[in-house]
Amino acid sequence: MRADFPVQFDQNGKLRHFLTIQGLSEDTLTGILDIAHSFIDFGKREIKKIPLMRGKTMVNLFFEPSTRTRTTFEIAAKRLSADVVNMNATRMSTTKGETILDTVKTIEAMHTDMFVVRDRASGAAQLIASHLPDHVRVINAGDGRHEHPTQAMLDVFTIRQHKQDFSKLRIAIVGDILHSRVARSQIHALNILGVREIRVIGPRTLIPTDIETMGVGYVNNMRDGLEDIDVIIMLRIQRERMDGQLIPSEQEYFARYGLTERTLDFAKPDAMVMHPGPINRGLEISSSVADGNRSVILDQVTNGIAVRMSIMAHLMGGQEKSKWT
Amino acid sequence: MDISIHNGHLVDPANGVNQVTDIHISRNRIKAIGDPHQDFRPKRVIDAKGRYIFPGIVDLCARLREPGEEHKATILSETRAAASAGITSLICPPDTLPVIETPGMVHMIQERANAAGFSGIYPLGALTAGLKGKKLTDMATLQDAGCVGVSNALEPVENSLLMRRAMQYASTYDIPVFLASWDPWLQGNGVVHEGFISTQLGLPAIPEAAETVGVARDIALVETSGASAHIYLVSCARSVSRLREARQRNLPITGSVAVHNLLCTESDIGEFNTFFKVIPPLRTIRDQEGLIQGLASGDISVICSDHQPHSLDSKLAPFSEAATGIAGLDTLLTMAWSLVKNNQLEVQTVISALTANPAQIVGLECGNLAVGRPADLLMFDDRIIWTLDDTTMMSKGRNSPWFGHELTGKVVLTIKNGKIVWEI
Repeated sequence: MRADFPVQFDQNGKLRHFLTIQGLSEDTLTGILDIAHSFIDFGKREIKKIPLMRGKTMVNLFFEPSTRTRTTFEIAAKRLSADVVNMNATRMSTTKGETILDTVKTIEAMHTDMFVVRDRASGAAQLIASHLPDHVRVINAGDGRHEHPTQAMLDVFTIRQHKQDFSKLRIAIVGDILHSRVARSQIHALNILGVREIRVIGPRTLIPTDIETMGVGYVNNMRDGLEDIDVIIMLRIQRERMDGQLIPSEQEYFARYGLTERTLDFAKPDAMVMHPGPINRGLEISSSVADGNRSVILDQVTNGIAVRMSIMAHLMGGQEKSKWT
Repeated sequence: MDISIHNGHLVDPANGVNQVTDIHISRNRIKAIGDPHQDFRPKRVIDAKGRYIFPGIVDLCARLREPGEEHKATILSETRAAASAGITSLICPPDTLPVIETPGMVHMIQERANAAGFSGIYPLGALTAGLKGKKLTDMATLQDAGCVGVSNALEPVENSLLMRRAMQYASTYDIPVFLASWDPWLQGNGVVHEGFISTQLGLPAIPEAAETVGVARDIALVETSGASAHIYLVSCARSVSRLREARQRNLPITGSVAVHNLLCTESDIGEFNTFFKVIPPLRTIRDQEGLIQGLASGDISVICSDHQPHSLDSKLAPFSEAATGIAGLDTLLTMAWSLVKNNQLEVQTVISALTANPAQIVGLECGNLAVGRPADLLMFDDRIIWTLDDTTMMSKGRNSPWFGHELTGKVVLTIKNGKIVWEI
């Protein structure tokens, strides 16, 4: 139904930018995961650097605040020997002041090689990627409610560390799907990797219309939704959604959709618990579950570095890649 | 100037004409169709063999940006673009800067259009002061000054009581009311149709109910106020059903659709293509089919351009922040004609929706080519293949999703009030 995503591929169909999971092949995802796997022990070495991006400049261009994503991108790039510039930019809306493209082109004029971009507007990364010279790479670190593809990659990487075969997995994503760029990317990635079933769970006000077109099922309660589930992905509920317009109260939400030891029991005994962070303890997840032995929330953060290294390596070109695998 | 046009295929739905014939123009009126009888000696004879002759198009919704936003477009640039596209009459919503709510503004716009000498402009006056939805305007004075109707443009009138009173007041003087009927709460800050595209792209959505609730309210208010209303820019199949019911009850309500809502759907947005960002949004295939059927059945009677010229820069932004609207004058007939070419609509349906029907709604005597009517007409060659680019696009706006595309069918001659205002 929807047009292809030409922007993130070059004319030969090679991945040039990393903007969206949608439209990627299973081979591409598996390739990224495999190389990430080879990077995972890097952090434990004495010398944590390889020269893959030596002499290249990577710009962390964050129009929205972020700590963990920006930091893991920075560490990932530095481990690949890139020079890293962090920019916490603010921008005016629409016509006033410098436009987002002006900002990006100004920085590009300083001969940068890679942009990692986060913006509040869906489609911002696509817009930027389609207006930069061919040799510049763009990684989407979250655009509005659209996608957060590197987060989804580190999530499926973490799942693969614990569960062998994607085709056997039933996965539940719980919470605010409507506003979640993470959920959209996860749904694409999990479907491409061929999981058996994806369910989204939450009140109707937080579920986008026609969510079924993305290849997921909807369940309105935790008991049915978590039945036979192997992986539970909890999403962050932003406090600003708690104004009574989408959810009546924190108490009612937590009682229905909070992940506690009681609700965790609805899932399989070996079900793993994930959360892209930052977590709201007592709003979507109880501390005992977040810190419990089924939780892999901190593994997700650790894995973020290797996965982002792998994605950068993929974009920087094939010859170097083969040298390190 | 006296002109004869020979051997053109004349389509004049209001008079039931659809045949090859000759047309004769004397001064600014239609002198004769077929044989001119007396010894008519035209100054110019035009051969229209293999070409169509249609009444000049009456575009029910076009923004010219003057006054207030002349950096985007001007009355001169846009009336010239209109003439080149066979559009001889333009109805402008009052959302200029400042809004059209004084006789002086109406006169100024019309004088500038006259000075430009291309197409005529017929402004709509503001329905409420400053389009703010709080207070009625001097509608009768605006009508006297030349406004062909009143409208709140794209600004909703939230207060239903005030809307009812505005309709009652307008009906006192038989002023048609033009409504963009949608519920502002459901509309919210949406930028695309609520459906799979809004879900996949994570864009704020406009549900179908935003329009069906608005249309239902306004039909109910029309029914109890006695006003005659035109609901413009209908985008949902379900709104067409509401219009059909209203028509079956003989309510004085008509509806129009923007040509792009007939040709495009939400899928065209693809990867955040801001050129397809319009309000009301492009909706589903089912809606597209419903709108086309609505035209065929007469429940929607008008196709308009909803022309909104912008600079290219204003579209180079993230989707939610990019400018809304399409510069549509240049392509109105070409795009509408594609519905005839693809056998989706009859030629008479499309041509009356562009000419006689809108003319009747605003009470203009143009839009049909009976003897004695104004000589507003166009000659169209449906075989010409051309590219919409900087050399061919006459509007100052460049925000067309068809920019750079090859199109089929072009207006080769336009006559306004007996004067040739466009010829290639």
